[in-house]
Amino acid sequence: MIHNKETIPQRPAPKGTIGPVAWLRGNLFNGPINSVFTLLGLYVLYLLVVPTVQWAFIDANWVGDSREDCTRAGACWVFVNARFSQFMYGLYPSEEYWRANIVFAMFAAIIAWMVIPRLPFKRWMALFALLIFPVIAYVLLHGGYFDLPRVSTHRWGGLMLTLLLASVGMIGALPIGIVLALGRRSNMPIVKTFCVIFIEFWRGVPLITILFMASVMLPLFLPSEISVDRLVRALIGLTLFQSAYMAEVIRGGLQAIPKGQDEAAAALGMTYWKRMGLIVMPQALKMMIPGIVNTFISLFKDTTLVMIIGLFDLLGIVQAALSDSRWLGFSIEGYVFAAFVFWIFCFSMSRYSQYLERKLNTGHKH
Amino acid sequence: MTQAATNTSDTSTSDLMVEMRNVNKWYGDFHVLRDIYLEVKRGERIVVCGPSGSGKSTLIRCINHLEEHQKGEIVVGGVPLTQDVKRIEQIRRSVGMVFQHFNLFPHLTVLENCCIAPMWVQKKPRKEAEALAMEYLERVRIAEQATKYPGQLSGGQQQRVAIARSLCMHPDVMLFDEPTSALDPEMIKEVLDVMVELAEEGMTMICVTHEMGFAKKVADRVIFMDQGQIIEENAPEPFFNNPQSERTQLFLSQILGH
Repeated sequence: MIHNKETIPQRPAPKGTIGPVAWLRGNLFNGPINSVFTLLGLYVLYLLVVPTVQWAFIDANWVGDSREDCTRAGACWVFVNARFSQFMYGLYPSEEYWRANIVFAMFAAIIAWMVIPRLPFKRWMALFALLIFPVIAYVLLHGGYFDLPRVSTHRWGGLMLTLLLASVGMIGALPIGIVLALGRRSNMPIVKTFCVIFIEFWRGVPLITILFMASVMLPLFLPSEISVDRLVRALIGLTLFQSAYMAEVIRGGLQAIPKGQDEAAAALGMTYWKRMGLIVMPQALKMMIPGIVNTFISLFKDTTLVMIIGLFDLLGIVQAALSDSRWLGFSIEGYVFAAFVFWIFCFSMSRYSQYLERKLNTGHKH
Repeated sequence: MTQAATNTSDTSTSDLMVEMRNVNKWYGDFHVLRDIYLEVKRGERIVVCGPSGSGKSTLIRCINHLEEHQKGEIVVGGVPLTQDVKRIEQIRRSVGMVFQHFNLFPHLTVLENCCIAPMWVQKKPRKEAEALAMEYLERVRIAEQATKYPGQLSGGQQQRVAIARSLCMHPDVMLFDEPTSALDPEMIKEVLDVMVELAEEGMTMICVTHEMGFAKKVADRVIFMDQGQIIEENAPEPFFNNPQSERTQLFLSQILGH
C-alpha cells in the first residue's frame, strides 16, 4: 500500500503558536498559578531595580573632588573618581604611571589580538605574549634598567596587581596542571605517587594558609642571605595552588577521551608525548574549556586574598581607601566599584569560553 | 644482545612476518591466551574466528603490544617484541591496525587523519604526506571526502578512511580487529571490497572477523579459537567443509546455520 504519492508541501504553523504573544502565553502566563508568580516576580524586580537605578545613576554625584561635593541622596562616585588612579596602580608613584600604562596597553592589545579571530599570526603573538612580553613588563614596571627609576614591588597594587597575579597564575597553572594530570594517570609508580601527593597537598590546604606560609614561614627555612620578594612568593603559592585544581579538571577531561583514541595513535607508532600532544590533549582540552575557565575565574577572584599578606590588590586598595578619614562612610560605593570591575573581567572570560566552545564544536561532533 | 637476537631470527625465518611461540596472557587470574603458536608468512592472509571472549582480539592486539603478554615470544618482521619502548614503537610502525570502532581522530579532517603519522612519526614533509594520503584515500574510494571531519561520514566511510590511515605508514602487516562488526549491514560490503583488494595486492593480513564469505574468498588459513586456545587451523575449504573438532563444528553450525 502506498501512503502518499506526492511530497506534501510545507505549510505554515497554526496561528498563535509562534511570535511574542504566543511566547508570553506559553512561558509566563500558562495557567493561573504561573500568572500570579509572574506578576509577583515582576513586582519584586520593580522593588529591587528602581531604587538601585535611582541610587546608582539618577541621584548619584559624579563630579567634584571632595566629599562636600556629594550633596545629592544617591551614590557618591566622586570618591571612586578621586581615588581612581590609586585603584588602578596602587601606590605606584604617579610620575611613573606611564610605564604601567604602556604595560596595560600592551596587555590589552595582546588579549584583543588573541581573541579577534580575523587577526593573523596568532602563534607568533602567543609566543611573544609568553616569552617577550613578561620581560618587557618586568623591565617597565620594576625599573632599574635604562635609567628607569626602580619601583619596588611593595608599591605595586590595585587592578595592576590583580591582573598581574591572575595572568601569571593562569599561565603558570595550566601547563603545571597538564603535567600533574598526566603524571597522575601515569603507569610509573613514583611519578604517580609524587603527583597524587602534590595535588592532594595543595588542594587540601586553604589558600590563605598557603599565602601565610609563603610570607611568614618560607623565610624561616631559607638562609638569611636569600630573600625572595613577597610578591614572587605570593605568585608561586597562588600558581601551585591553582595548578592542583587545574590538574584535577584536566584529569577529568582526559578520562572522557575514549581509550581507542590513544590505542589508534599508538598503533601508528606514535610516542607517548606525540599521542598526548597531537591526539588526546587537543580533544580533551576542547571538552575542558568550561572547567578550565571556571578555575581561571575562581583564581581571578582568589587573588584578593593576597591582601592578608600585605599586598594591595584592587579590593585591598579600595579597602585601604575606605579607612581614609576624609572619605569615611563611602564603603558601599567602594565595594560596588570593586565588584563591578571583578564582574567585568570574570563575565568576559565566561562569555569568551562560551564562544570558544561553540567555535571549536562545529563540524567535529557526531 | 639486541644485535644477536635480531640476527638469529633474521637468518632462520626471513620470510616469517609474525611469529608467536608459546604465548600466554592473563588478565589478573583469568587466563586469556593459552600456549599460542602462530606463524604468518609474508603475503599470507589469516582469518581468526571464534565465539566472543575466545581471545581472538587479544591475540592480535598482542602483536603490536596494545596488550602485553606475560609468557612466550612474539617476533614481528624479525624483531622480537620486548618491554623496550623504542622496540615496541619500531614494531608498531610496521604493523597497521584497523579497529572495530574505527578510532579515527574526530578533531582532525580525513586528510589530516591520514597525514598525522607520516608527518610526525616518519617526519615526511606535509606536501609529501598529503600526496600519499590522497593516493590511499583514492584507493579506498573516499578521496572526495578528504576535507570533512570523521563525524560527518557514515560508518563504512569511516572504516575505509581508517584503512587508508594505516596504509599511509606502508605497513608490512595489517591487523583487522572485527572491522565490520560495528557497521550497518549495507555498509559491510564496501569495507570488505577494500579488504579483498588489499589481499589481492599481496598484503600480509591477520583478520579477526565473522565474515565467513570473506574468509572463503581470500584466506590462506582460517584459525578457530575458543577459551584462549587455537582449536583448529586449516585452509578455508577443508575448514568449512570438513571441520575436525566438535567445537568448530558447533561454532560453524551456529553462524552459518540460519
